Amino acid sequence: MSAVATQATPPAVPASRGLLLDVQGMSISFATAAGRLEATRDVTFSVSPGERIGVVGESGCGKTVTGLSLLRLLPEDVAHIAGRLDFMGVDLATCGEDELRDIRGKRIGMIFQEPMSALDPVFTVGEQIAEGLRAHGRMSRAEARDRALAALRSVGIAAPERRYHAYPHQLSGGMRQRVMIAGAMICNPQLLIADEPTTALDVTVQAQILELLRDLSDRSHMALIFITHDLGVVAETCTRMLTMYAGEIVEDAAVDAALEHPLHPYTSGLLRALPRLSPRRAALPSIPGRVPTLGQMPTGCRFRQRCPYAAAGCEAPQALQDAGGGRRVRCWRFRDLALPGVAA
Amino acid sequence: MSEARTPTLSVRDLRIEFPAAERGATVKAVDGVSFDIFKGETFGLIGESGSGKTTIGRAVVHLVEPTAGAILHDGVDAATLSSRDFRAARRAWQIVFQDPNAALNPRSKILSSVMEPLEIARVGAPEERRRAALQALARVGLPEEIATRYPHQLSGGQKQRVVIARTLTMKPELIVCDEVVAALDMSIRGDVLNLFAELQRELGLTYLFITHDLSVVSHISDRIAVAYLGRLVELGPAEAVTDAAIHPYTRALLSAEPEPLPSHMRAGERILLEGEIPSPIHPPSGCHFRTRCPHAADLCAQRAPEWREIARDHWAACHFAEQFASETTKAGAMPA
Repeated sequence: MSAVATQATPPAVPASRGLLLDVQGMSISFATAAGRLEATRDVTFSVSPGERIGVVGESGCGKTVTGLSLLRLLPEDVAHIAGRLDFMGVDLATCGEDELRDIRGKRIGMIFQEPMSALDPVFTVGEQIAEGLRAHGRMSRAEARDRALAALRSVGIAAPERRYHAYPHQLSGGMRQRVMIAGAMICNPQLLIADEPTTALDVTVQAQILELLRDLSDRSHMALIFITHDLGVVAETCTRMLTMYAGEIVEDAAVDAALEHPLHPYTSGLLRALPRLSPRRAALPSIPGRVPTLGQMPTGCRFRQRCPYAAAGCEAPQALQDAGGGRRVRCWRFRDLALPGVAA
Repeated sequence: MSEARTPTLSVRDLRIEFPAAERGATVKAVDGVSFDIFKGETFGLIGESGSGKTTIGRAVVHLVEPTAGAILHDGVDAATLSSRDFRAARRAWQIVFQDPNAALNPRSKILSSVMEPLEIARVGAPEERRRAALQALARVGLPEEIATRYPHQLSGGQKQRVVIARTLTMKPELIVCDEVVAALDMSIRGDVLNLFAELQRELGLTYLFITHDLSVVSHISDRIAVAYLGRLVELGPAEAVTDAAIHPYTRALLSAEPEPLPSHMRAGERILLEGEIPSPIHPPSGCHFRTRCPHAADLCAQRAPEWREIARDHWAACHFAEQFASETTKAGAMPA
């Protein structure tokens, strides 16, 4: 393993067209008492360097499981990953533990909603950030400390020398989230997976953290996979939006295009449910019903029981098809539907 | 708002302090808050953590005791009632919390959870209570078979409806809604908000709607109050507060809300506040917001700004409120 400071250029990528991450047909299944249940099916998407992708959908749509699988963080005795997860020529689904350890935390970072459960309460935040550095490169304690201080400063923590020695419980929620980001950023990852990183924060603090993530991504050309239920957060942070429903990607489009002219009825339904798009005090549209549970997936289109546009033909399995203009949609009727977006 | 009407709820200079872990220190959770709510109104109370909004809500339904100040229902100070009158009267003042899982006993069937308040209040015979509970469940749009189920068999939205049904059995007049849709998926928030609106129309309910979510509060409220570190900083008609905010904190809060709009439709300038809300154990002197306020001056550290009516029914506590209000009027409506 080479030292981080002199990190060699990543290995040449075979045939993945300059992509950072190329996920092909990822299906994640869990062994349960009721048999093997599929949490995601045939998830296919790619991430280019510096690209910021928002993954949206209701709870239970497979967003979090998708993020965890990219770093193989699901318990391997019950979770099975099928498909290819090509990260710069390494298949994350099948590579050895050694190779994975070299990528996890170093070339792909991850941050979560609740920093309190991701930070160790018995170590100071400085030690925890420096730990990632020392785990991934030969480095003296003093050097790791300097780098950790610089990382704390770069995420906007005032008086980092003092905060270095603080324990997580001594910090506010926003401060802890900054510490977690500093820890994830310390090895200059090429990709950061962020799972609802601002959901537990106040809105004025959320605005600061979003600004920070955008800025870090711009400065270091770091790609971002941003998992969230908040379409406003995606609009302000991301360049592309993946809509997931019941374990499948149902739409993939540039954020602005998806917001203005969604092609999938589920994306449109999520947008129309936003209170700010309805006149004050008017009844709010909602999506009837709920996401099907893993054991009771409908055949054909998985959204059809909740879809206001369902018609004969929707009971056939739906492919994620090319919709032109770099967009993909999993709805055979998309050409016939003029779905309302936020501007309609 | 006509001044002649007696408010359903009057909160007068409410102060609530809790002992802090730090020896001898107190947390000033609520630090002198006054407002009125009128019958049939939806009064939105918005604020971030530490604003005191949840404590205010609990005080209104008498789950926490005020340190000072008064809470009046229909002009009557609740503290002056005999304990017997108070017990009977408080049924009309209900509260619904964020997490229906914590509000429902996982080992009780839905029907018995909904009947429980009637049993505690010894209202009617068992068969009447059962009927009242079933009626309440039907009223919130739940099918009858739900009654024999357990909470874990229901979705989040259904559980929140059950909790609402349970408060309805007490024939409430005022309901404090504390982050009632925050735990629900966006797709069904609308359903629950629509239900609240429907119940209000049919039963003439009054709501104190507490939330951190600006888009929700501005959608459903008649008037909106903004709280910061234990005090109100602004109060006015919903349109005025969201479209022509006076207080720098309200403006920053509105500006921080991420907008689900394509880039060409979003407001350009963002007011990014620095730092976080200070500790309510050691609040700043003078104006509580001054440590994060982009317009803070020396005066703001010396004196707390007076709470005053700046425009008709539009109140604010800022030394420069008149100046900011006239700027807003000149510049036209701010982008929502």
